[in-house]
Amino acid sequence: MPTNEINHLEHHTHIEKSPIISDSVNPKLVLVGNPNVGKSVVFNYLSGIYVDVSNFPGTTVEITKGKYLHYEVYDTPGIYGVSSFNDEERVARDIILEADIIINIVDGVHIERDLFLTQQLIDMGKRIVVVINFMDEIKKHHIKIDIAQLEKSLGVPIVTTTAIKKEGLKELEQLIDKARQGGQNKDLHLKLHNMLNSVGSQAEALLVLEGDDYTANKHGIKPLDQREQLYIDRRNRVNNIVNQVIEEASVRKHITSLIGRWSLNTITGIPILLGVLYIAYLFIGKLVAQDLVGFTESYFGNELWETWIRFAVSDFITPTSFLGTVLIGEFGVLTMTVTYLLFLLFPLVFAFYITLSFLEDTGYLPRLATMVDRSMNFLGLNGRAIIPMILGFGCVSAATITTRLLASEREKTIATAILQFAIPCSAQLAVITALLMGAGFKALLIYVFVIVLVFIAIGTILNKILKGESTPLLIDLPPIRVPRMNNVLQKTTVRTFSFMKEATPWFFFGAAVIGTMEATGLLQVWQKALSPFTEHWLKLPPEATTAFVMGLVRRDFGAAGLYDIAMDPMQTVVALVTITLFVPCITSILIMYKERGWKTATIIWIGTWIGSFTIGGIVAQIIV
Amino acid sequence: MTPKSHIPLSKVKKGSIVRIITLPDGLARTQLIRFGIVEGDLVKCLEHLPGGTIVIQKKRQEIALGSKLSHKIIVIIN
Repeated sequence: MPTNEINHLEHHTHIEKSPIISDSVNPKLVLVGNPNVGKSVVFNYLSGIYVDVSNFPGTTVEITKGKYLHYEVYDTPGIYGVSSFNDEERVARDIILEADIIINIVDGVHIERDLFLTQQLIDMGKRIVVVINFMDEIKKHHIKIDIAQLEKSLGVPIVTTTAIKKEGLKELEQLIDKARQGGQNKDLHLKLHNMLNSVGSQAEALLVLEGDDYTANKHGIKPLDQREQLYIDRRNRVNNIVNQVIEEASVRKHITSLIGRWSLNTITGIPILLGVLYIAYLFIGKLVAQDLVGFTESYFGNELWETWIRFAVSDFITPTSFLGTVLIGEFGVLTMTVTYLLFLLFPLVFAFYITLSFLEDTGYLPRLATMVDRSMNFLGLNGRAIIPMILGFGCVSAATITTRLLASEREKTIATAILQFAIPCSAQLAVITALLMGAGFKALLIYVFVIVLVFIAIGTILNKILKGESTPLLIDLPPIRVPRMNNVLQKTTVRTFSFMKEATPWFFFGAAVIGTMEATGLLQVWQKALSPFTEHWLKLPPEATTAFVMGLVRRDFGAAGLYDIAMDPMQTVVALVTITLFVPCITSILIMYKERGWKTATIIWIGTWIGSFTIGGIVAQIIV
Repeated sequence: MTPKSHIPLSKVKKGSIVRIITLPDGLARTQLIRFGIVEGDLVKCLEHLPGGTIVIQKKRQEIALGSKLSHKIIVIIN
């Protein structure tokens, strides 16, 4: 059996391995498939509730790991093929190379697209079970698949499922141990086998043959460039198989596909977008940010928690002492910070991520990306950049990492600059919304106008200045589907907790810094030093300076600092414009330095200082 | 020399069926092959957005292409 030999070699040739992939002796069962094929539903069925979610090192790609019988089960990001074109593929590639058995999940409605990956996995010589999912939709579309013939053509066992209804999953369980290497193309197999001495495994040999630089470098050899031919051959082979096994009635239009069409078209798409934004605003901005947070913050936070902790701590520490000020004072580590984190930020971030996860699962976002593609071109970006932009309204730091999904350095730089300058994050947005609601409609209009203007200006200017050009949009539009609530909730929980874990230390650190500055009188010194500037140029009360210091720690923190300052509506606009454009929070600065390198990051950072005060000042001179 | 009937995909009207003559080289080509689109295929222009962003359909597969890309894909009206 060539398989054993290959597996044996594999264990000796892995030079580097991600720490996520464990060294345990248990066999690894890996779920692989295109995006939106229902991998996580199958994964959840197999592994139950005890799963381990972590970010793959150096990426935002989430890896989920669980246990099923004696197997270690891994869920991988959705990919269209195995290679190293982006983070998702790199992560999936590493796990696939380590897999003992692969469960390849195929969207039966898009079988022609999906079998390309299946055939590539077969060419890699992996042991595979194929799951054909969405049998309910296949019936609805009047498609007939000759499963027996498909099994024969591919040479691997196949099970059909409707995963969300748990149909066929028992049968899948029985098939896992029967996974086998599919039918090998003789010429290709021979070629790969001859490469084994220098590469180690058939799977890696295939990647080298397909010109994968990373795998070639790993083994100290040059990548071969036969990708084009191999891809065309594989595509033809898949198309032939599909023609043999599929029988379908003429394509009929369903209501979901009509919604998909409408959301693409400019005439119907813009009202749909506005509708989506309005519902999101009602949920996040109104229900959660105002009603729920208003209650949790003042009742649980200010009334219950802060009263209790002040009372408890003042038994040991004098509230007016240095430590007292830092711990339970106005910006206290134990008072304001805890309230802010638990009763303001947490519900907001949760609300934001649940909205985002829901939208993701409907298949709407790629259509939005398509609709805005042309407009984004003027900013030197393509439609895909709308995703980090929207994410930025949740958390600028997370969004800055997501700019990795953009294809070129140029696009990443432009998107990062826009994010750091002009996009307020969810926590900041909540405070801004609340303050603007108090300041009236005119204030809201001026604020939105200025920020949108800056947004457009940054993109347009950078597009002119930076060399090169943006890459064109090329995405697959998934079908419009009704999201599964437990899937949405699971994603939301993971994202919310990883955000809170990352943000919490910075909040405590920031509060300690501000508290110390207050206790030592440094805060007053800072206020005095900047006050001519704040008062004459920005025309704001001197206390506003405190907010700018707080804004250095976290942007949202700064906006929150504006809450208690008495300002007239136009002053509020100036303060909010300045704080929105002002230096982003420490976390996002750090991430920006890591992602973009010190030169670009420093320019953007200094740019935000100059930009925010200049623009804030100009607005002040005009309207206050 | 492109024959007269050869036009870029970006010029195709919404609803027309076209045959793909040439795909541009590089990553876009690789990704299109994965999606199931090769030279010689018949596809439908599902949407033609202002500015030349095109959505094409082959069977139930829908693919969005930016204007720069659709400009480089040469097709012939079927």
